[in-house]
Amino acid sequence: MTQPPAATEDLQRTAEFEARIARGESIEPKDWMPERYRKQLIRMMAQHAHSEVVGMLPEGNWITRAPSLRRKMILLAKVQDEGGHGLYIYCGAETLGVDRRDLEQELLDGKAKYSSIFNYPTLTWADMGAIGWLVDGAAIVNQTMLAKASYGPYARAMVRICKEENFHKRQGYEIMATLAHGTDAQKAMAQESLNRWWWPSLMMFGPPDKDSPNSEELTRWGIKRKSNDELRQRFVNLTVAQAKAIDLMLPDADLTYDEASGDWKTGPIDWDEFRRVVKGNGPCNRERLAARQKAHADGAWVRAAALAYADKQAGRSTEAA
Amino acid sequence: MDSPERSWPLWEVFTQGKDGEPHQHAGSVHATDAEHALQNARDVYARRNEGVSLWVVPSAAITASTPEDVGPFFDPANDKAYRHPQFYRVPKGVKVF
Repeated sequence: MTQPPAATEDLQRTAEFEARIARGESIEPKDWMPERYRKQLIRMMAQHAHSEVVGMLPEGNWITRAPSLRRKMILLAKVQDEGGHGLYIYCGAETLGVDRRDLEQELLDGKAKYSSIFNYPTLTWADMGAIGWLVDGAAIVNQTMLAKASYGPYARAMVRICKEENFHKRQGYEIMATLAHGTDAQKAMAQESLNRWWWPSLMMFGPPDKDSPNSEELTRWGIKRKSNDELRQRFVNLTVAQAKAIDLMLPDADLTYDEASGDWKTGPIDWDEFRRVVKGNGPCNRERLAARQKAHADGAWVRAAALAYADKQAGRSTEAA
Repeated sequence: MDSPERSWPLWEVFTQGKDGEPHQHAGSVHATDAEHALQNARDVYARRNEGVSLWVVPSAAITASTPEDVGPFFDPANDKAYRHPQFYRVPKGVKVF
């Protein structure tokens, strides 16, 4: 008997792999998977993890200026959670055979992508409300879908993250509600913040389905279970009522309710702005990268000290290093 | 620094949710030694009382079965239906067993 050529064998294994996905089975780290599935997952999980880590920066900006001790403790806990989320996802990505340090290095070198929303500045305290309510709210819609992703370690990280995001969204909405029911100036601050964050939040779901090159493959392999536009619509439908309840206006004159579909239809999204920010020309791209690089460089002595201490405890010589 | 930084070893983390429950795999952390791994595991996987007890194990120390072996390795379990109570018939009159 002759061995089948490698390409034929791969086609067979791919067919078996896709049949497993169609049956709703979970793919685990040691299972065979097409190289392309592995690559797409690494790309997506790394971007996701980077987004969590860079996402600490806009909010970190307000920790020292939170208006009360209660708000400060909440914000600290939230920012710590985002760091934790980054770690869950990096750890999931490492099960695919990459080293976390290489992923980090790509971020530090400015070669990696992360969610474009974090390239917008946080100008007022109300932005802490808008981020929790809208940015974390949008993330929950996306991550609830990803919690059913075909890759086990990714899906399990998402389950854990979704539980924590609910606190993030609630605390943000509470900040917005408090400001909206405050003085005229406080309400104006909340509205102005909502005006700035609404459209970038809608862009978080990625380009429209017709312009999303990776979607077809990611859907076929069960990594994504819903399209960008479907998720965006779900987020809009959820948020309209929440804005109304706290008497704030979504900044979209074209927003209308469509009886037939039961959906709230938004006006056109400025995809040119989205592409500008993704390409590195948003308001804060350079600032975010510089802050990450500085934090990494400033932490070098801590990492070195931790290794030296472990070496000493283990009775090994540090001279050899 | 002259030489590239040495990476911290990987540890698998197991958390026990409540007293009396088994430890379950939660994820992994990088850490320089066991004590450091425990502290990182607490900060990453138990910020909300998810654990009353934590285990950390060097990832390299775990031996796992492989997906390729899944058939032959677990085969012996499949042909022993008599290990399950459904295998046995109970006389009709007996309602509660």
